[in-house]
Amino acid sequence: MILNQFLLLAALLFSLGVYGLLARRNAVMILLAIELMLAGVNINLIAFEAAIRTQLAVGQIFAVFVITVAAAEVGIGLAIVLMIFRNRRSANVDELNLMKW
Amino acid sequence: MFRLVAQEAEHVVEAGSGGIWAQYAGIMLVLPFVAFILIILFGKRMKRQGAELAIAAMAINLAWATVLFFLNMTEGVLHTEQVEVARIGLFDGNPLVFELGWVVDGLSVMMYWIVAFVGLMVFIYAVGYMQGDVRVTFFFAALSLFAGSMLVLVGAPNFIQLIVGWEGVGLASYLLIGHYWEAKENSNAAMKAFYTNRLADVGLTLGTIIVGFTIGSFRFEDLSRASEEGMPALAAVAVIAGFLLFFGAMGKSAQFPLHIWLPDAMAGPTPVSALMHAATMVTAGIYLMARTFPLYQNLAQEARPWMIGIGAVTLFGMGLLALVVDDIKRVLAYSTVSQLGYMMTAVAAGGYTAGLFHLFTHAFFKALLFLGAGAVIHAVHSNNMSDMGGLRKYMPKTFTTFVIGALALAGILPFAGFWSKDEILVTLGDEGYRGVMWIAVAGAFVTAFYMTRVIALTFFGEYRGHGHPHEAPAIMTNPLVALAIPSVIAGIANIPGVTLGSLRNFSEWLGVREVVMGDHHAESMDLSTAAVGLGVALAGIVVGWLIFSRDAETQKARDRLEIPLLYPLLRAKYYLDHVALGLVATLKGPVAKVVNWTNQYVIDGIVNGAGAVAMLLSRFVYGGIDQRGIDGLVHGVTMVTDSAGGALRRLQTGRIQQYAAGVVTGLVLLVVGVGLFVVIN
Repeated sequence: MILNQFLLLAALLFSLGVYGLLARRNAVMILLAIELMLAGVNINLIAFEAAIRTQLAVGQIFAVFVITVAAAEVGIGLAIVLMIFRNRRSANVDELNLMKW
Repeated sequence: MFRLVAQEAEHVVEAGSGGIWAQYAGIMLVLPFVAFILIILFGKRMKRQGAELAIAAMAINLAWATVLFFLNMTEGVLHTEQVEVARIGLFDGNPLVFELGWVVDGLSVMMYWIVAFVGLMVFIYAVGYMQGDVRVTFFFAALSLFAGSMLVLVGAPNFIQLIVGWEGVGLASYLLIGHYWEAKENSNAAMKAFYTNRLADVGLTLGTIIVGFTIGSFRFEDLSRASEEGMPALAAVAVIAGFLLFFGAMGKSAQFPLHIWLPDAMAGPTPVSALMHAATMVTAGIYLMARTFPLYQNLAQEARPWMIGIGAVTLFGMGLLALVVDDIKRVLAYSTVSQLGYMMTAVAAGGYTAGLFHLFTHAFFKALLFLGAGAVIHAVHSNNMSDMGGLRKYMPKTFTTFVIGALALAGILPFAGFWSKDEILVTLGDEGYRGVMWIAVAGAFVTAFYMTRVIALTFFGEYRGHGHPHEAPAIMTNPLVALAIPSVIAGIANIPGVTLGSLRNFSEWLGVREVVMGDHHAESMDLSTAAVGLGVALAGIVVGWLIFSRDAETQKARDRLEIPLLYPLLRAKYYLDHVALGLVATLKGPVAKVVNWTNQYVIDGIVNGAGAVAMLLSRFVYGGIDQRGIDGLVHGVTMVTDSAGGALRRLQTGRIQQYAAGVVTGLVLLVVGVGLFVVIN
């Protein structure tokens, strides 16, 4: 069992997600980046589960939880983005500064 | 049902409860007040302007009082009702209780009956006397108030109710004396009476407070009991309390030198004078002394010589004044003062029965004399005896009854006054006050003397006034006849040692009280004293007749008592009015100055000082504590919050990716920190 490769893949996916989160300007792309980060975390959970084999399969259960929460999050996030886009004809987060002081 | 009431060691008096007559005796106290209100409301519209209501109330009272009177004479009545109205918790577990109610015993039954009987006669008489006069409705309302207040006073089982009645009597007398207030001197007379009485009332109030706080109760019953037992706390204050109560009695009962209001009170209509002098008002002081009798007998011994002295001065000195005044009502007024001196002397000397028996008989003949004088005044339209004379031909009924009253007052056998005056003389002699007894004998001479003068000047000689005098109407003469009867026979009630069938002797039924009393009264006739009293009275009549009867040549009575020095002194009423006026006038200035100075510098100084201190304090509180301290704190907090918020709000850029960068930076710092922590350990 080569745990390191899985961990590297997870770190890679997470870092890609972080990069996308900070660098992208399109709100949809930011949501995708967040999904990438969650995927990296999921891989991490599964890899450790496979390596350690807990009795209650905690890693797998948590992965399923993360997928569920991610799905809900994307649903709400995309709905917000859609409404913003309809109002402002743009999904560029640089232009979204309504929430400032 | 029957209680044993020992009066003296040899007397054992049984007393019944009196049944419903005693149980509801309070109705008598309330009825005149009901009449008062009804007269005020409806009197003007009635045929006799409200007199009917006053008479009706008094007639019911008389019937009721008569029943009680006979019950008491046959079996004795003893009953007390008290209802608590308020209390003050001054003492631990022993609060001062204020009660109203009524007491039915020998003393109060006698007073109920006198007030009701004399009151009814006076009310009926007043209907005739006041016909066509001003404010008749108000007059009868005030008369009802007068009689009602007196009943409340004599029915009082405690000091508090006594004071209520006492002040009510004072108020009603003020209203009635000033009935003709349009003339300034009449309203002045009313005020003189009121002020003099108020001065004396201070004594009563203070005495009441001292007694009440000492024994923890205002009930007469408790006072009597404490006096009989010689309670040490009460003994310590008994003399001062006794003097204060006596001072109150001096004002109401017109004892020297507080008698000055009574002759001036003649300014009121004559029925008022009759009521005031016979039944209500002036008897109140004697009544108070009788109610508090055990206090004086057992504890306040030191006060008694003073009381006897003042009584003796009053009975003799004031009697002399009656010799020189021209106003017939004033003669009778001074006579009343003198007789009140007799009563006070007797009660103070220990003659409970003697003093009250004189009060009892005096009520009848003095009311009779006043009403007779009123009939005369009604006929000649003048108060002055120099405008009268020869009236026996014009007013035979008035003349007859007046002479009966005068003989009774002078103390001639067998009229009522003889018996009561004799009892007083005997008591004074028995108690060892021989000197005072001889003063009283001299007073009896003076009494006979001035009454002879009144009759000589009024009914004999030739008529000196204007117009044609006429006999008074029947409504006025009938009460005279009704009063003349007891003036003749009332003495029988108290012939020492004599009992009339099942009716008890006066001294026996008068002694029916809650607490046993050490009364002293004659057990049998003292013939030598009686002879002396009768002798001087007859001598007074003879001397008076010789001096004042008509001159043979002119057919005119003389009114001259040519004694140098004494005559001017008496005409000036011993200069007592001058003394009183001078006292008030000289004291007024300095007292007012002292009071003003005290007010200006002491009281105002205190008030101003307090104000200044309060102002300084509040200025410090406002400027130092409130403005700087509290407001500074509040302002400081808001300022810090405001500036901090102003600085920190810059963080809220509203750019998502800045926030995200913040989160990632935090994450990196966390990971690095945890990593370093792990590595180091």
